[in-house]
Amino acid sequence: MLSESKLKELKKKALELRESTIREISAFGSGHIGGSMSIIELLTYLYFGEMNIDPSDPKKQDRDRLVCSKGHAGPAVYAALQKKGYFPAEWLMTLNQGGTKLPSHCDMTKTPGVDFTGGSLGQGISAAVGIALGQRLQKLNARTFCIIGDGEAQEGQVYEALETAGAWKLDNLMIFLDNNGQQLDGYVSDIIPQHDLKARYASFGLEVFEINGHDFNEIADVIEKAKEIRDKAVFVIMNTEKSHGYIPGEGVKSNHSMQISSEACEKAIADLRAREEA
Amino acid sequence: MAYTRRSHYKEILIDAVKDIAREDEKVVFLDADLSSCIGSTAFEKEFPDRFFNCGIAEANMVGVAAGLSSTGMVPFVHSFGCFASRRVYDQLFLSVGYAKQRVIVIGSDPGITAQYNGGTHMPFEDIALMRQIPDMAVVEPSDDYSLYMLTKAVYESGKAAYIRTPRKGIVYRYEEGTDIELGKAKVLREGSDVAIIALGVHMVNESLKAADMLKEKGINAEVIDLLSIKPMDEETVIAAAKKCGKVLVCENGRYAGGIGEAIAALLVRNCPVPMDFVSVGERFGEVGNLAYLAKAFGFTAENIAAKAEALIAR
Repeated sequence: MLSESKLKELKKKALELRESTIREISAFGSGHIGGSMSIIELLTYLYFGEMNIDPSDPKKQDRDRLVCSKGHAGPAVYAALQKKGYFPAEWLMTLNQGGTKLPSHCDMTKTPGVDFTGGSLGQGISAAVGIALGQRLQKLNARTFCIIGDGEAQEGQVYEALETAGAWKLDNLMIFLDNNGQQLDGYVSDIIPQHDLKARYASFGLEVFEINGHDFNEIADVIEKAKEIRDKAVFVIMNTEKSHGYIPGEGVKSNHSMQISSEACEKAIADLRAREEA
Repeated sequence: MAYTRRSHYKEILIDAVKDIAREDEKVVFLDADLSSCIGSTAFEKEFPDRFFNCGIAEANMVGVAAGLSSTGMVPFVHSFGCFASRRVYDQLFLSVGYAKQRVIVIGSDPGITAQYNGGTHMPFEDIALMRQIPDMAVVEPSDDYSLYMLTKAVYESGKAAYIRTPRKGIVYRYEEGTDIELGKAKVLREGSDVAIIALGVHMVNESLKAADMLKEKGINAEVIDLLSIKPMDEETVIAAAKKCGKVLVCENGRYAGGIGEAIAALLVRNCPVPMDFVSVGERFGEVGNLAYLAKAFGFTAENIAAKAEALIAR
């Protein structure tokens, strides 16, 4: 269990990241709000409580690395990287503008702190396997974290990647499934229903956990448990709510990408603050 | 270990990769259940900790290679050319090309050399596909020594690369010590009436035979072994066009997007001359032995010579 003060600090940070994410997207006018908001707690915990990284040396060889395979959650990743000190806050207001260093989908060649490029779904998880393998081959004491979407898990390449993660016993690799139940066209259960997720992922020889992805204690607990596991990659089914914290998108079927006017942005942030304080 | 002649392309290829790996401990080899076919088993034997059989899952293999590259490793990956290009194109395009990762792809059995694996395994389109990826080097050796040297050259270039190579058989064309570089073609025979620019073992062989046939008719054909598709040796190609005034391009691949089109685009800007092409049109591959397939697709010395004559008469 996290201490009360640590929990409070993380919640405060998550609120800041949510505000940044909403403002980024609103500055452009629209964007991938839903899948950004569902991974805020995980990003907060990894960047502000867990990963061995140094914003002054983004390419540090022995750093822990994060691959956001669901690359459209870029706005949330950028919010975390900016708060961590990788680049100035002004950049956030350039999301998706021509010449920006913060494109819609995560791009390692443009953004300091982004460890691999995402965007074509299913590819980042293979890269994460390669990164974890590269860390092991170079005897680096370093871990790789990878976030995939539940819609993304319809891509066959995900399962090819999991086969190798299992076969090569990559115990420095931790994969999080953002199980928010929704994809661009609607509910995952309406499009391609998923069954027996725990059994499915365990069948690749992975250590599987299921947590509430908005609960810092559960995130912290699973990451601590993963540290004790040898010869197995860890797969975490992270149950989340798409658009969690962007209240106008919560419970909305078409919340994958939304328009956010400046008025809607201010109201959403004020409403979220009020809810968090209540 | 320096270059030693081998009796199959696959052996010299793996020799080259092993030589590179002895000097660079970051080099790893990934295969997709075809290690027995390309002989990467010999790499595994010497470097068991640096060889990974990814199984029959080429897309993941390319993604894993890209991830390895991002940590500073230098992966070679192999599959048959059809799978190493067409099947994994989005992975090569984004996880390797767009993400600026250094992965060296070996695509074996180009064009009709796929022979008994037939149309499903016969990559004619890989040249066009790989040319589209910005900054990717693309090479096709024409013999034992050029395969060894080009493998080293693409490694030394630091670029992502595609090596298009046959596995079986051997031709010894170049003497050890010949200067073979990325971006450099070789003039194999000087001529003045027509320039035949050929790519790969089969087409270079047939083009040289065609030049002999043309010689008997009093036609002096220049024969150029292109070797490097991207970057291309523009200087040598333009010089040949200026000298000969007619250019015939021969490739064991598709016309659309192939080197013929690339050379035509180069010459139309620099030295427009009448051209013709020996390549595959609107057609898929098929099964058969090399002689059957060469005849079926017009990849023969006779057809090259006939096209050259017709081109000169134009």
